[in-house]
Amino acid sequence: MRRLGLGLTYLALVGLFLGFTALPNPALAAEKTVTLGFTASQTGKLNVEAIRQINGLNLWIEQVNKAGGIKLPDGTVLKMAAKFYDDESNKDRVQELYTRLINTDKADFLISPYSSGLADAAAVVAQQNKRIMITAGASSDSTHFKGFSLVYMTYTPASLYLAGAVDLLAKLAPEAKKIAIIHEKDKFSTDSVNGLRKYAEGKGYQVVMFEGYDSGTTDFAPFINKIPAGVDAVMGGGHFADTTTLTRQLYEKKVQTKMIALLVAPPEPKFAELGEACISVVGSSQWEPVAKYSPEAAKAEGVEWFGPTVADFVKEYQAKYGKEEPSYHSAGGYAAGLILQKAIEKAGSIDTEKVKAALDDEDMYTFYGRIKFDTTPKAHGLQLGHQMIIIQWQKDKQGKPEKVAVYPPAAATGQAMVCPVR
Amino acid sequence: MIHVLPSIIDGLLIGFVYGVAAMGLTLIWGVMRVINLGHGATMALGMFCTYFLFSDLALNPYLGMVAVVVLSLLFGFLIYGVALQRVIQSGYLSTLLATFAVNMIIIGIGTAVFTTSPRNIDFSAGSITLGPVILQGTRLLAALAAVVITGALYLFLYFTRPGKAIRAVSDNRAAAELMGIPSSHVLALAFGLGTMLAAVAGGLTSTFFPFTILSGATYQLKSFVICVLGGLGNPLGALVGGLFLGALEGIVPTFMPVSWVPVVEFVLFVLVLVVKPTGLLGAK
Repeated sequence: MRRLGLGLTYLALVGLFLGFTALPNPALAAEKTVTLGFTASQTGKLNVEAIRQINGLNLWIEQVNKAGGIKLPDGTVLKMAAKFYDDESNKDRVQELYTRLINTDKADFLISPYSSGLADAAAVVAQQNKRIMITAGASSDSTHFKGFSLVYMTYTPASLYLAGAVDLLAKLAPEAKKIAIIHEKDKFSTDSVNGLRKYAEGKGYQVVMFEGYDSGTTDFAPFINKIPAGVDAVMGGGHFADTTTLTRQLYEKKVQTKMIALLVAPPEPKFAELGEACISVVGSSQWEPVAKYSPEAAKAEGVEWFGPTVADFVKEYQAKYGKEEPSYHSAGGYAAGLILQKAIEKAGSIDTEKVKAALDDEDMYTFYGRIKFDTTPKAHGLQLGHQMIIIQWQKDKQGKPEKVAVYPPAAATGQAMVCPVR
Repeated sequence: MIHVLPSIIDGLLIGFVYGVAAMGLTLIWGVMRVINLGHGATMALGMFCTYFLFSDLALNPYLGMVAVVVLSLLFGFLIYGVALQRVIQSGYLSTLLATFAVNMIIIGIGTAVFTTSPRNIDFSAGSITLGPVILQGTRLLAALAAVVITGALYLFLYFTRPGKAIRAVSDNRAAAELMGIPSSHVLALAFGLGTMLAAVAGGLTSTFFPFTILSGATYQLKSFVICVLGGLGNPLGALVGGLFLGALEGIVPTFMPVSWVPVVEFVLFVLVLVVKPTGLLGAK
């Protein structure tokens, strides 16, 4: 009897032990560190934008780890660790450092440096070494026409920068027909306006003027004088300095049109210094803190919501980095992390092939907007879901310039207006 | 073709300002036989001076021009005393290198202090509509200021003692000295006036175009072309050359891509040097 009793006790203990181990126990779950490799232009001409991007990414890493990491179905908990170097805003350094991140630091996933040029250089290395790379701050379409299968884009492509402005024009002035395009002749602006021209003509608009100006041009009068009478919209521009001058001269030359939509400069707060000349000017931005993306709006479109709300992101960002409002660079960095997080959670693994399949399937709304990738071999990884936010400068109650998000409806905070009579 | 007339008028208005800048260069050459490579950098300083007076002291840019005149005149005396006075007798190469050094110093300090981010004077003087032509207020005011400055310079050179002394030194320095004219003071005054004209031209330009500390280089090149067009050492020729170049810059982009403007300008530069080296109005 005593032997039987001892045997039963033994069996009960074994049973209890087995029972405990079979139950998921957070305290005993395996923890694995996932290395995210990237370079940051901490020095050189891109340092301001690049540091903002890295701030966004670091905030995401901190929040994921604080929340206990990414939990996989097999109980493994993934903690994120960043490994990065300063690329000095130099393309050659980028290729050298990404090779090092993969071979020496054993990075599991890669995030691109800021800017199309540097991201393009890093993408080659990522693809050659079979690592997934999320391009956080690059908008050039051409990177995704090179046959890469492991590179995924966060930003709206350059060719679609002003596509939203064309859609807005159709809503605002359905009778509009003629568009004049004046643009800077650098790669980014040329890519953008070529895309704009194709898009506008595809929508039935007539591009009545298509003129390029050299970088550094200060006198736009000869171009403005050439704008045909009766033009419904003037679009184009380039970078901050030339676009602000063009805006001012369009105003002083009393150009009559229904819409002025320009690249890069309008979303910048300094654009407001143009005073009356900036009123009604439309610009496109990858993201704005005033954007109204929300789980409700996502639900209305039948798309899943993932990650924090816009307000939470802005609040957390400012709590970590002081009072500076997050720019679209910061939002892009954070969004790149979210894209990866969602794919790892869906794949239930960090295996490249499984995560790639999850990324190909990804379709979600985040605080940054919609995310969905092109999965055709011709343009694999190109961002299809995300839309530029179209902002417009209007007057606030005191008559001062105020930036209002006017398109797409999911992000809009106000109604768009046609250009006033000048 | 309807856009050609407004473009010519826009170009001519800027041409007045180009003319003032070139007058500064040609005055220094005519009186001192110095090729001033610090001319562009001085123009950039004029731009910054106007900018800070406007943005920090809220001074109207055209009123601010009075301060630019005084400060740049003093700055010209300083450069002459420090960099040129000792080498003025040593030939063209020494003075050329001395002014080049001044240029590098201004640009170096300017880059460190102001960076190369573009600045803009957010001042609008509205516009005036005359039939098919819409004139920007800032360009019109700049052209008017340029005319006033040219008139004042003319009066100064022809109807005042120091002005006559400058012309005397320009014509024959040795003879002027024999007549008791202190040539060293006159040379300093001429350099000061040349520097002042450059700074004022820069200040006027900054009211309608954005600028950086490096912007002067473009205008300096234009000034050389204008001086050769109008005739080296001839202030009136500089003004006419400026108007000619401005009009050209207005017309060319209406027929061909804007990148052809410098090609046309420099082809003209070479043609004038080959066909009429004394310039359209003759060198002095």
